[in-house]
Formats: sequence, structure tokens, C-alpha cells
Amino acid sequence: MFDNLKILWHQGKQFIPDVTKANVPGIFRGRPIISEAKIDEFLLADLCPTNAISTGPVSIDLGKCTFCGECAIQFPGKITFTKEYKISSNDRSLLIVREGDIKTIELNPELIRSEIYRLFGRSLKLRQVSAGGDNSCEWELNATNNVQFDISRFGIDFVASPRHADGIVITGPITSNMADALERCYLAVPDPKIIILAGTDAISGGIFADSPALNREFLSNHTIDLYVPGNPVHPLTFINGVLDLLKKR
Amino acid sequence: MLIKTINVVNNQTINLSDIPVHGYEVFEELNLDLISGKPFRHCVSYFGYPSDEKIKLICCIADDEMHQILVSSSLVDKGAVLNSFTARNPNFEKFEREIQENFGIGYTDHPWLKPLRYAFNRTDKNKKIENYPFYGVESEELHEVGVGPIHAGIIEPGHFRFICNGEQIMHLEIQLGYQHRGIEPLFLQKQKLLERTTLAENIAGDTVVGHTTAFVNLWENLCCYTPDDSLHFSRILALELERIAIHTGDLAAVCADIGYQLGNSVFGRLRTPIVNFFQEWGGNRLGKGLIRAGKINFPFTDELAVRLIEILNAYEPDFFEMTHKLFNLPSALSRMEKTGVVSYEEVLEIGTVGMAARMSGLNRDIRLSHPHNLYNSLNHQPVIKRHGDVYSRVQIRREEIRQSISYIRGLLQRIPEFHPLENFMELPQKGKFIISLVEGWRGEICHCAITDTDGNLILYKIKDPSHHNWMALAQAVRNNDISDFPICNKSFNLSYCGHDL
Repeated sequence: MFDNLKILWHQGKQFIPDVTKANVPGIFRGRPIISEAKIDEFLLADLCPTNAISTGPVSIDLGKCTFCGECAIQFPGKITFTKEYKISSNDRSLLIVREGDIKTIELNPELIRSEIYRLFGRSLKLRQVSAGGDNSCEWELNATNNVQFDISRFGIDFVASPRHADGIVITGPITSNMADALERCYLAVPDPKIIILAGTDAISGGIFADSPALNREFLSNHTIDLYVPGNPVHPLTFINGVLDLLKKR
Repeated sequence: MLIKTINVVNNQTINLSDIPVHGYEVFEELNLDLISGKPFRHCVSYFGYPSDEKIKLICCIADDEMHQILVSSSLVDKGAVLNSFTARNPNFEKFEREIQENFGIGYTDHPWLKPLRYAFNRTDKNKKIENYPFYGVESEELHEVGVGPIHAGIIEPGHFRFICNGEQIMHLEIQLGYQHRGIEPLFLQKQKLLERTTLAENIAGDTVVGHTTAFVNLWENLCCYTPDDSLHFSRILALELERIAIHTGDLAAVCADIGYQLGNSVFGRLRTPIVNFFQEWGGNRLGKGLIRAGKINFPFTDELAVRLIEILNAYEPDFFEMTHKLFNLPSALSRMEKTGVVSYEEVLEIGTVGMAARMSGLNRDIRLSHPHNLYNSLNHQPVIKRHGDVYSRVQIRREEIRQSISYIRGLLQRIPEFHPLENFMELPQKGKFIISLVEGWRGEICHCAITDTDGNLILYKIKDPSHHNWMALAQAVRNNDISDFPICNKSFNLSYCGHDL
């Protein structure tokens, strides 16, 4: 027993006290800032592997961005990535960062259904479905549950059965081979329910967007309640996005 | 004398026309002969591609003693019906199923000729993933258990079909393909280097460094570019860090599956400082954006070295305190010892690689047998266990973490000076074939590429170690209780997307 206590003692305090204000270490690439500097916009847009950059004026779509940072390396005066990890939104158009934008990405309160706070505000059970996900977003969603990020302290849990869930979290670009299983899983979740897309691959298809092996019909048939950008999503991005969706307005 | 194979070393570019072309019977005898009764040789890749209205088959056999890869080829007609290699050596089982699925080539005596992954470009579109032909047994005593494609945890999809006698598993069939994103054709379709590098990073998100290193090593050699030591250094440093991070996470998952909460929490939290170091170095917790052909956007600095030593110094005592406890806990040992055993004879017959070979005494490690980057200078000795059970696979992880930490400490003694590099603009050589092998944390990763006479890619072939190892999992669970399946599965931790591509 004493060696167990010793192990516990050696871990120290691991949990992040305030997940809304925590500072991420190193050079995390979060919300970008685009300056008004004049550069060759064609070269900049051509650089992006997923066509996330539009020109005239320059904007970056975080739903397509893989956060590789190449644009900021090649055009440091034009694009810088901040460490701000609160980049989720429920409005697809709010994921587009334009020249001169410096404000935090937020949710559009008008699109949030009124029952979400009432029903899920203190307890949300999620069923995760990987549909062509490369196992990086899956790793990070698992990490939201570890002793550091500890998402379950907010009453948010990942459950084994869709029957026990209030919504689904989709990772991956949705392959044709998974399309049917995804639809059936969604149908098995009792109403009312929410859908969260986690990661660039899920939101836009990412680098796979034009692959003939995908079938993304599911997304046009159902309402998406939250988009969580990232490649993979950072646990703090996910936790903050979900907390924002659930909060009392 | 007739030249039978062309022998290349890892990452060597050769003329496509220099690969000997044999009639199919000669090709078959040759490759089966090469590996028959020789554990130091195995098939690292065997694939087909369309060539002049026919299908060209290329077989690559790695020889671990000569440190060479023996390459040969054969031209067969579309829709040909051939003798299978698999009937005489099961190593080729999945390779031939893939050739059958993609090119409609028939095999007269393949014992298990089922669809492999239901690729979007398969020849027979009438075959649907929901109609997979499972093996069945008619019996009143036996029952079937189907699991998936969606599993209970946050993991990738795949279907497991068990045939059980009470609680005991008689047979497991693993059906994959749900993760198929058509990644190989995308390598040809997307022309820009950054697009292709991004694809390589997304082959398997838990092996970002492994797959991307295989791609950049291949691409640089194909373009006659010689990387300096600082690039090699950052690649093997990142590979060893990835090994530590994922092995630690796997130990957490094994603890969860035996219901050992303390181990699950401690190993789970110990992974964080390692992946966070990836973020301090390159801005991404899984190393995306770090490995690039011909350059590195985030050169390794002395300050990062100081930081990494700090992190490892804090990691080591806590990690080994926890493994010591785990390995002395009778209730944990009773779940791991003699559970999910695969014998030496079986792994040899299946042709496993990486940890799934070394767990049963089969010495397969690319770092030793076909060293890439700076592995030659490390004098690597693979960690080998004998019993092939869950405990062996868990012990390998602990020992490899110990080894990786010592390699990293050694590497940090002599950080190569970084010279700013020009952007890499070379074009691929024309009419070439190249094979690139990397020892990822799971085992051997193999990428092959072929260019046409204009220097365009006409083939990009990816093989994740899971390709070989899934069959070992199916074998491991036989005669075990079905309740031990999760721990067996976690102790292998194979990739679904790496297999499905």
C-alpha cells in the first residue's frame, strides 16, 4: 500500500485547474492573424496543400487548414499563428479568418438550439465515430479524458453505446465504406441529439477532400452543431468548444 | 548465368528497366525459394501496377543478413488466372488478395481469397463491404459474436467476428476496409511536394514521424538530394520520441483493459510531456509539420536539447517506478502472462514484423537490418522476447522506452550544426524504382515509388507494419477467453487506417 501512496505522491498535481485559461507550451499553431502587408497573393494561395487560403483579400478557412504552418514560414510578415486554441464555432462561416481579424473565434448564439443548455448543460454523453480518421484526432479525444485535461469533471463523457449518448463526435473525412455505419449510429442516438465534427478531415475532408473514396452525404442531410478545427484537434480546443456550446446564454 | 534479382540497399534508386522480368512460373519459384526456410528473409512488399496493357508484379524480399532487398518482377495479362504464392507460403496472403482486388487477377489455389479493403477502384464493384464472406461453422454448440465496425472506445473502425465455444474463442476473423480513403492514388493525383508530404503525415496519425520519414527519405533519394546530418538527426530523434510517446500510451491502455486504474492514470499522464515536447519543437503534439523533404522548418536547437533532457529526467523515475509496480503485481501478471500467445513458428509462418516478431524471438528490426538515417551510428541491438504473449509485448515496450531514452541522450551529446537550406526544388529522376524502409514504433514501414520516362510518379505503394501483423492478432486470441480479447488487441495496437490506406 505504501508504494501505491508513494507513486500517487510522485505524480504531484497533474490536472489543469482552469481549462479556459491554460497556457499551451511551445509554439502551438492556433488562430492565425493575417496582416495587411502586400505580398504575392497567388504564391501564398498556391502554397497551401488543402486550398484553405483565398485571395483578394487574403483569408484562411480553419475548416480546411491543416495547421502545417508553411504559409507562416514562407510569408512571416503576412501570416502569424497565435497560441489561441479557442477556435471552435457552430457557424461554418465563422471559421474563416480574414485580413486584419484579431478577435477570438466565437459561436453564433442564434444557431444554438434552446434545448441544448437545458438538456445537456450539466451532462453530455457523446458517442465517437471514426470514419476514415487517421487516429490522431482519436488520440487527442482520448487525451481529453486523461488526468490532465479531465473533461469528465464537466459532466462530459464518451460512452460505448449510441443508445446512451446525447450526440456523436465524428472524426475523419467519412469514407464510403463507413457512411452506412455512421448513419446507423446516428439514427440509434435518441432525440434530441447533437453532431460535433472534430478535426479538419471531418469538417472539410482536409487533404482527402477530392478523393473518390469518400461519401460525405451525411453532412448535407443533418445539422452540424459544432465544428472543432485542428489536425489533430487539441484537447483544449475540443473542451472549450463543447463548454461554449453548452453554456447558459 | 541468368540474373534473377537485382539487389538494392534501403533507399537506393535504380532504373526500372534493371529489374529482371521473369515468366510467372520462374518468378513464383524464385521468390518462394528465396524465403523458404530462411527466417532472415521476408517479403517487405509485393504489388502490381498497370504496364503496357498488362499487369507488372514486383516482389521485394528483404535479406537481413546481407542488408539488401532482392527485387524481381513478372508481366502477366489482365484477368490472368495464376498459381498463388500463398498456397505454399502464407506470408503473401494479403499481398495477393490486394492484387486480386485491384486488378482482377485470379488465383487457383489461394486458400483465403477474400476482398482485402473494398478499395474504391476495385475491379469488382458488386462486392460490397456489408456482404463480406465470413468464415462460418455450423454447430449447435458454437456461437458467433460480431463486434464493430464501431467499437466501444474512441478507436478506429473494423469488424471482428468471433466463433466461440462458450467463453472460449475458437476462431477470429478480422474484416477491415472501413478506413479506406484512397490514399495511394492521391499520391499520383496531387503534384505538389507539400501535398504529398501532408498525405504521408495522414497515412496513420499515430505514426506521423514514421510514415513521413519513409516518404522524405524516398523522395530525397529519388531526386538525387543528399540531406545533411542535421536532417537525419531530427528524423531519428523524432522517431525515437514517437516510440516513447506511443509505447507509453499503449501501456496506459493495457492497464485500462486489465482494470488497473493507477497504471492507466500514471502512464496516461506520462505520455503528455513527451507529446508536448513535440509541440514545443514543431508546434504539433503528434509531430505533424516537422518532417519535410530537403529541409526542416523547426531546426533542433541547444535550448530544445536542455528542455528535452529536463523532460526525460522527470519522466524516467516516474515511468520506471510505475512499470516496476505493474510487473510485480500478481493480479496484473496473471492477466498478461500466457495470454494471447503466438509462437515463433507461427509468427514466422504469418511473416510478422516489428514488435509482433520480436515478441516471439524473431529478430526483425529495420534499424539493425536495413539502417536508415543515422541508425548505423547507434549500434542498435533489438529487444527480443521469447514467449509471444501479452506480457512479452508489454515488456518490449518498457525495454524499448529505456533504449530510446538512452539513444536520445547519446544523440543530444552531439547535435549536428544546422545550416539553413535552400528550398528543395529538385525533380524526380526518370524511369526509376525506389524502396524506402523505416522502423516505426509498430515495426517496418515500406514505401515504394516508380516514375515514368518523364519523371512523373506512376506508382506509390505504402505498406504499414499492420499489414503483416493483423493475422497474428487473430491467431493470438485462439483458445483464449473472449474477455481477454481487449487486452490482446491493445497489446498489439495495430493500425486500421495504415492497413486500409
